Amino acid sequence: MADTLKQVVFRLRRFEPGKDAAPHWEDYRIEATPGMTVLDGLWKVKEQHAPTLAWRSSCRMGICGSCGMLINGRPRLACNTQLTELGTDVIAVGPLPNFGIIKDLVPDLVPMFETHRDLMPYLIREDVKEQDDPTGEYWQSPHELEQYLQFSYCIKCGCCMAACPTVATDPAYAGPMPLGQAHRYNSDTRDGGFAERRKVLEGGRGPWRCHFAGECSQVCPKGVDPAKAIQLMKRDLVVDLLRLHRRRPAAAVAPTPCGKRKDNIPAAPARTAGATAK
Amino acid sequence: MDTRTYPNRLGPWGWIGGGRWGFERYLYALHRLTGLGLLAYFLLHIFVTSARVFGPESWARSMARVTGPLFTWGEYLVFAAFAFHAVNGIRLALVELGFAVGRPIEPVYPYATSVGRQRPLALAMLVIAGVIAIWGGYNFLLAD
Amino acid sequence: MRDRTLWTWHLFAGVVILVFLGLHMTIMHLDGTVRVFNPAPGEPIGWDNVAARMQSWFFAVTYVVLLGAALYHGLYGFRNILLELNPGAGLRRLVNVGLSLAGLALFVFGAWVALAAPGAFARMGG
Repeated sequence: MADTLKQVVFRLRRFEPGKDAAPHWEDYRIEATPGMTVLDGLWKVKEQHAPTLAWRSSCRMGICGSCGMLINGRPRLACNTQLTELGTDVIAVGPLPNFGIIKDLVPDLVPMFETHRDLMPYLIREDVKEQDDPTGEYWQSPHELEQYLQFSYCIKCGCCMAACPTVATDPAYAGPMPLGQAHRYNSDTRDGGFAERRKVLEGGRGPWRCHFAGECSQVCPKGVDPAKAIQLMKRDLVVDLLRLHRRRPAAAVAPTPCGKRKDNIPAAPARTAGATAK
Repeated sequence: MDTRTYPNRLGPWGWIGGGRWGFERYLYALHRLTGLGLLAYFLLHIFVTSARVFGPESWARSMARVTGPLFTWGEYLVFAAFAFHAVNGIRLALVELGFAVGRPIEPVYPYATSVGRQRPLALAMLVIAGVIAIWGGYNFLLAD
Repeated sequence: MRDRTLWTWHLFAGVVILVFLGLHMTIMHLDGTVRVFNPAPGEPIGWDNVAARMQSWFFAVTYVVLLGAALYHGLYGFRNILLELNPGAGLRRLVNVGLSLAGLALFVFGAWVALAAPGAFARMGG
């Protein structure tokens, strides 16, 4: 129904490297349709007004983490943000702060990913052979899964880093995403790498520069709650310092069931790879 | 890949420029501000009060330097800053040791975060700090 | 992991300050309603009350404890604020060394003031 369409202004932060000295705001007027998200609006702006506008997006359903942007002063996912949710006629969209700007709305996320990698976001165990060539599953109870499941929902969108006041001034600080993911692995009972990650968490990098402003958890689009992860990590590290609680060894490998099968159940297909391959 | 990027860190403005997100950011900024104020006062306080070792006349001279309405109001500000910083500090000590933040949960929208979980504690602490500040203020008025 | 240790001490110092500075604030600024350790009439900062506290070894010792805890807690917080502003390596060392030395110097001076008090009071003739 054409007469219910509303005009909105997309105020976008434009920056063309090599041409512009500094980023600047530019206004683009488009028609808003019901159910339009900020991402939909960006596509319309690109189609109708600004063909050189650049941003990152992919899944358009809030799971890939590409479209993190500063929308009306708050870091959000563009695909997850309805125009009606914002409630304003002027939609101000800028790149995520606390990252360098590559072009327009595209932030440079490489430093965040490098820090993430330095904190070893993978299972570290002594039985490397078992990890490369598994013979069975690792034991883990549903209760043990619950200890880290929330933090595993992180989509690495960078919104938390944009919201954090410490990341705003201190490039040495690891930030909510890498620290949250380090805690995700530290609290995974299948992991045995606490001591190694502890070494990387020394100095200005570690969780000690977090002062619980809580903004990371407020803006996280997936409810990962990195603030909680960081405080729990501090608790783990202090408990470790005071030697109040010895850490358990990494979860054992569950043996493959080898009881007698019932007659009416077909045998499993033969293993074709690995140590026990036929 | 060498990508020259335009710097976009918020800097110290990022400490207070939270705006509409959550009031814990303001508590964090105020905690820093009161901490700096208390530190500055404390460093001067060591010198002002050291005069007592040299006798009553030295003490009287030192106290004469810090009398007047400006100093009285300033001292009340220090008391109020202490009330806030101490009580908020108790909250921060509890939260940063992992108490009052809740356990890891399955995130179901609308998400319940640790910030929401400790919000009643933060509000209770503000009330307590306010009560102490008012109590001290009443005392200052009595003295006047 | 040094930062972890420094931070833990920061928390512990905070608890110590809560107790002793809380007492100090009560003595000095809540005397209208809760009068403790102010035996003489008049203001808590009047010489009579100051002198009464000067004689006490309890105050001498607790002032030293409060001084140490408060200097550590305050200067560690200040150091964190300065280092979060991302200074270069040289400035970083200056902040760490400078604040440590300043803290030590202030502690030595303040501890002398606190511990010399009972003796000084006795020499003044009581």
